[in-house]
Amino acid sequence: MKNPIENLNKIFDSRIRLGIMSALMVNDEVSFNELKELLDITDGNLASHLKTLEESEFIKFQKGFIGRKTNTTYSITKNGEKEFKLHLDALTKMIGSVK
Amino acid sequence: MDTPHQPLEDLQHIKKMMERSSRFISLSGLSGIAAGICALAGAWFASQKINCWVKGDCQLSLLMTSNGFELINDLFWIATVTFLAAFVSAFVFTYLRSKKNGTPMFGSTTMRLFWNMVIPIGVGGIFLIRMMQLGEFQLVAPGCLIFYGLALVNASKYTLGEIRYLGYGQIVLGLFNLWWIGYGLQFWAMGFGILHIVYGAMMWWKYERK
Repeated sequence: MKNPIENLNKIFDSRIRLGIMSALMVNDEVSFNELKELLDITDGNLASHLKTLEESEFIKFQKGFIGRKTNTTYSITKNGEKEFKLHLDALTKMIGSVK
Repeated sequence: MDTPHQPLEDLQHIKKMMERSSRFISLSGLSGIAAGICALAGAWFASQKINCWVKGDCQLSLLMTSNGFELINDLFWIATVTFLAAFVSAFVFTYLRSKKNGTPMFGSTTMRLFWNMVIPIGVGGIFLIRMMQLGEFQLVAPGCLIFYGLALVNASKYTLGEIRYLGYGQIVLGLFNLWWIGYGLQFWAMGFGILHIVYGAMMWWKYERK
């Protein structure tokens, strides 16, 4: 039998990236500020995690404006959804194998 | 061997993030209890005014024709004050809880919950007002319960899911009330008063008890 650990995605090692992906799985789009509040981290920290996910093409962003302020919203890509589901499956299987 | 992955904690984290980002979870059980008490107080004042409780004949159409404008006016004010008191007290407890948990009160989840409540309640309200204008008062109490129940069932997708059962309760009461027309106020007190208190107490017990 294949070890489910092989299906774990290195990119999802970080709790913060895991949190971002979770939020984007259940919402069509989430703004930068909402993610910041949800995860309770600084702008710079969040931006760097978002960049990692973006470079792997798991998420995409859209720049917009609210009045004069920029408002960037993020959403999940097809590929990101697929990878996240694989990761979830692997986690679930790991728990199953412990029992 | 020390493993870098803690699958169970990771899954719990995922679940928590999904819930917090998509549902308004600060809704306090105490809000339900407070709103229920306001509703009972309102129903008591109304029953004193129309003095129908013991006689078991709280049929609005009768009241409207026999006692005239003054009573309608009184009832209108009782209803308005009751609604405002219930709304404000419910808001206060939920606000306190959101502050304690550090979850934002006015995020996109709040707006989503708000619109999904407002649409069925608003449409129901307009429908019932128009019915009263046309001189049809009998279905006002069951109508309130049914539309409110539908609004709660709809809202359950955007806040704590258990509110769905409160919605079912209101709908069932409303449907029974359709065939027990003379007892509108009693059904109303049961739905908006007792059910709110029971629901609020259960939610408080489940999520907020220390």
